[in-house]
Formats: sequence, C-alpha cells, structure tokens
Amino acid sequence: MSADKQKTYLFDNPRNVRRVVLGLVGACVILIGLDLVVHRHVSHPWEAMFGFYAVYGFVACVLLVLLAKEMRKVLIRKEDYYDETLPSANPSSREDPRA
Amino acid sequence: MLESWPAVALLLGAALVAVSRGQVRMLIMLAAPLLGAWGVYQLEPGTVIEFQMMGLQLTPVRVDKLSILFGYLFHLAAFIGVVYSLHIKDRMQDVAALAYAGSAVGAVFAGDLLTLFVFWELLAVTSVFLVLARRSKHSLSTGMRYLVMQVGSGVLLLAGAIWYASAGNGLTFDYIGLDAPGGWLIFIAFGIKAGFPLLHSWLTDAYPEATPTGTVFLSAFTTKVAIYSLARGFPGTDVLIVIGTVMACFPIFFAVIENDLRRVLAYSLINQLGFMVVGIGIGTQLALNGAVAHAFTDVIFKGLLMMSMGAVLHVTGEMRGSELGGLYKKMPKTAILCMVGAASISAFPLFSGFVSKSMVVAAAIHEGHTVVWLALLFAAAGVFHHAGIKIPFFAFFAHDSRYVDTAHEPPVNMLVAMSLGALLCVGIGSFPGLLYSLLPYDTGFWPYDVSHVLSQLQLLAFSALAFTWLKLAGIYPPELKSVHLDVDWVYRRWVPQAIQTALERLAPVDRSLRDKSLALVDATLSMLARHHGSYGLLARSWPTGSMVIWVAVMLGLSLALYYA
Repeated sequence: MSADKQKTYLFDNPRNVRRVVLGLVGACVILIGLDLVVHRHVSHPWEAMFGFYAVYGFVACVLLVLLAKEMRKVLIRKEDYYDETLPSANPSSREDPRA
Repeated sequence: MLESWPAVALLLGAALVAVSRGQVRMLIMLAAPLLGAWGVYQLEPGTVIEFQMMGLQLTPVRVDKLSILFGYLFHLAAFIGVVYSLHIKDRMQDVAALAYAGSAVGAVFAGDLLTLFVFWELLAVTSVFLVLARRSKHSLSTGMRYLVMQVGSGVLLLAGAIWYASAGNGLTFDYIGLDAPGGWLIFIAFGIKAGFPLLHSWLTDAYPEATPTGTVFLSAFTTKVAIYSLARGFPGTDVLIVIGTVMACFPIFFAVIENDLRRVLAYSLINQLGFMVVGIGIGTQLALNGAVAHAFTDVIFKGLLMMSMGAVLHVTGEMRGSELGGLYKKMPKTAILCMVGAASISAFPLFSGFVSKSMVVAAAIHEGHTVVWLALLFAAAGVFHHAGIKIPFFAFFAHDSRYVDTAHEPPVNMLVAMSLGALLCVGIGSFPGLLYSLLPYDTGFWPYDVSHVLSQLQLLAFSALAFTWLKLAGIYPPELKSVHLDVDWVYRRWVPQAIQTALERLAPVDRSLRDKSLALVDATLSMLARHHGSYGLLARSWPTGSMVIWVAVMLGLSLALYYA
C-alpha cells in the first residue's frame, strides 16, 4: 500500500496535462483548417460559412456555462434543504394568545 | 409459448426468481432475457393475437417492425442489467428488475389500449421497488412521489382510453392524434413517462435515489416505452417538435450545475429524449427512424454511463462530484468504459450516438426547421459538455479525492456488463447497417460522409476547447455540495408550505369557532343543572322514589279505567 502511494500516475505530472491541452488545441486548429481544404455539403446556407460548426460549438458552450452560473444563483440551496422542517410563515400565530 | 406472448419469458423468470436461490436464481436471471430475445426472433411481423372479453376486443400481442425493435432492445437491456447486478443478493431487486423489464416488453407488444394500460401500471409498481430497495428514508419518500406520478399517468391513460373507445374508435392502439376524443389525456399520460418539460421532475428526483443497479434498469425502460407509445400514437404531431426542442435544451443547464453525478445523467436522459420527441414530432420516415434508433442507442450508452457511475457508487459509496475525483488511478478500466459511453452520448463518429442522433438532426434541417436545428446543435454541444466531459472528468480526474487510496475496480460481473455495453456502442457506431435494418422504414440514410464527420468533429472539439478554457480560466462553476431547485420544488416545498400557511391563517377562525362551541356546551350544561341539578324541579326526589310514584299513578289510573 505504501509503495502504491508513492506511485505517480499519468496526470500527476503537469507536463502530461499540458500535453493533453496542447493536443486538443492542435486538433481544433487542424479541424478548422480542414474547412479551407474540404468542401462540405450543406443543407442550410449558414453551414457553408467558414468554421460555422466550430464557432457555434464554442460559443454555445461558453453561453451555456455563463447562463447556468446565473441560474445557479437563484436555484442553489443547502444540501439538506428538503430534509428540514418547513419554516413557519407567521411564527407569532403558533403561540397561544390565551396563554 | 414464447412466440405467442413475448413478455412471458421475463415475467415467468421474475416469478421463478422469487422462489429460487443461489446459483439457480442466477441462471434463471441470465436465461430469462436470452429466452425472451429468442422468442422475439421467432416472431413474424403481422402476427396478431386477439380475443373477446366481456364484449371488448382485446389484442394482447401485435407484432410489427416497431415492436420487434423495442422487443430486442428491452431484452438486451435486461440482459446487460442482469449481468451488472449478479453480485447483489437482494431478492426484491431481482424480482422487481425482471418483472419491470417484462412489463416493458408487454407494453410494446400490446395491440390495444387496455393491455397497454395494464403494462403501463405494472411498469410503475414493479420499478418503484428499485427505488425503495435503497432502503433509506430518502428513497422511501422519493419512491412514493415517483409512484404517485407514475400511477397518475396510468389513470390518465385509462381515462383517455375509455373516452377514446366510447366515441366509437375501438380500443386498438394505432395512430391516435390530438384531435381524437380523449387524445389529449392519452398524450399527457405518455408525456409524463416521456419526461415532458414540467412533468419531468419524477425522473430527476427518483433515478438518482435508486440502488446502483436499479438505476441501470430504470434508465432503460419507462421512458423508452413512452417514446415507443408516442411514435405509435402521435407521429407527426407538431407540438412535439416544440416540446422536444425544449426537452433537449433546458436540462443541460441543470446538468452543468448539478452535483450528484447520477442526477446529471438523469438530466442528460431528458435531453436525449428531447431528440427522440423532436423526431416523432417531425414525423417523416427519416425522423421516425432517427427517433427509434436513438432510443435504441440511448438505452445502451446511457446504461453504460449509469453502470460506470453505479460502479463508482458501489466502490466509494459516494456520488457527489464535489467529493469524487482522481479515481482513474484505481479504476482505470471503469474510467475507460465510462469514456466510451461518454463518446457515444456525445455522438463522436464511430460511436453509437452519432449514427442515430444525426438522423433526427438531418430530418430537422431537411424539413426546414431552422430554429429547431440550431437548438439541437446547441443541445448536442451541451451534452458533450455535461455528459461527455463533466461526468468522467469529475468522477475520475479533477482533483484527487479521499477515495483514491481505498478505491478499486468493481466486481467482475459489473466490468463484464459495462464491457458488453461498450462493445455495442462501438459496434453499432462503426457498423450501423445492422441497426438500420431493424428500423421501421428504409430511407437509405448513411451517416458517414466527409462533411458530416468533419462538422460533427468541429462541433465537439470546440466544445471541449470551451470547457478547457473555462476550467483553466476559473470561470467554470465548481461542484458544490448543494441541491438545485427544479419543478419538484412545487410539490415538495411550495404546496406543503402553502398548506401550512393556510392552516396558520385559519387557526384564529378555528379557535373562535371552538370557543363558541364551548360556550354553547357550557350553556347547555347549566340549563341541565338548573332543571336536574340539586335544587332542580325534576330532581327533588330520588329516581327510585319518583319511579314508585309514577307506578302508583299508573296503577290507580288502570284501576279507574277498569271499573269505569
């Protein structure tokens, strides 16, 4: 077990993480570059624009995350939110006025 | 018998599992889906079994290409699920799982609305045990909420069916349409189980609360029976295009911020159902093929993702993204199998999602639904974002969690089941011809051409780039220990709260009413005391004394009358 702990795994080395990121950026560059070479068949005029799918994918995901972050501000609650007893809307009415 | 009633293998299997134990039970569980699938293979399209009962024309079995496709799918899903759950020794779950799968098979071969209703309700009552089997306080209350919604859907279906049949349409389950009498009731009954927006919260509420193995079964059957029913009863219904587009888009926002990873998958299940619902709404041959093909591939890749998360839950007892991470070090096989599922749901070329989802997207664009097409592209990018990247990233990578030291690969049967799912994902994605030959229509669609592959790869690569950038820049919302409100808040919080407030408002009224009643009782008591009390007119003698007086009076009276 102790030997196991000292074992370094693939992504313990930050260089490997950087390699993955660089690989992704490289793939993106190649894929958008292919748009210059390959003539895509299109069914919709917007599809014919250079890098339409690339830009759409990127913008869609950024917007998705930014909007979701705003949504979270309204919707987030504590983990045990549904476990708590209901708070009273009008606490004074619980007390016996005759007492 | 298998050819005459395809559901019999699984239902009989469930009954035998209930009374057997040990290895015999395991064998029965493995054999039941295989025998059932053999039965489906023997079925001839066009076979119809009918009989009369109490003047009703019932069709318990009607075989065509659509029902055969779902018949294969459900037996396949049941088999994978059984292999996945072989290690558990819980009779309740085993029986429930097989009976649940059998109900789904019965429903897709049902030729009339009454038979469909019976299996519709059986789906509800068998599946709830997979939630209850977690045996926690949460699962009990969640299970009850789930059951109310599911049985409610059945009640709507029955009401709609009675209305539909009494208008002279008969009980035959074919195209219904919204204009038919009772059509809307049946539509909403289907919609509840299909997870229509605002009716979806039972799904995201219950599925993540079920057992690790139970969720695998749950994600396969109920919603797909609903998709089958919509494809049968409401193809080409325009409102489905709108509903499906909303379903494809809204859950991905919730999925980005949700912490429970199986709940993330539940949201992404609704997102995938959205694609199917859009396909049914468009209603062309290509679109309908796309809808049912996507149902087929979704059962397998969503099952694979649920299995990989179930494996993590089984090993660590934890499902919150905020608490997990780094598990690739100890569960590399599970991590790789999870990523195969992630690639499939994201529709990477050569994986199964690509060959089915693209049919729906192509149909939307061919029919000129530009807004729908753009929304589906958004949803396709979003699903890669939350299911394709987020799930594997937060479970297996991200930061090292406290579980890394003790984690290990799950039991062999779980790995085998996941491998089966992964093989099917890659097999269907790489050789889609076999799946296409099972589809109801022959459209000649082929997903693999340079334009299509390139555009899909661009979409996905830049979605991944967006995730990486947002994560490195610290913009990506961290996983937080939290819950996020959804529609279920209405009946879990708002309604109980409203009732409590109303009760509190009513309390003074109630009190004054009670005070008045008490005053009335007091007045009655004092009146009684006045007449019957110590000095009351009617209380001057003892009861025995007054009895003697009255007897003497009556005797005297009778004597007088006798001599008179």
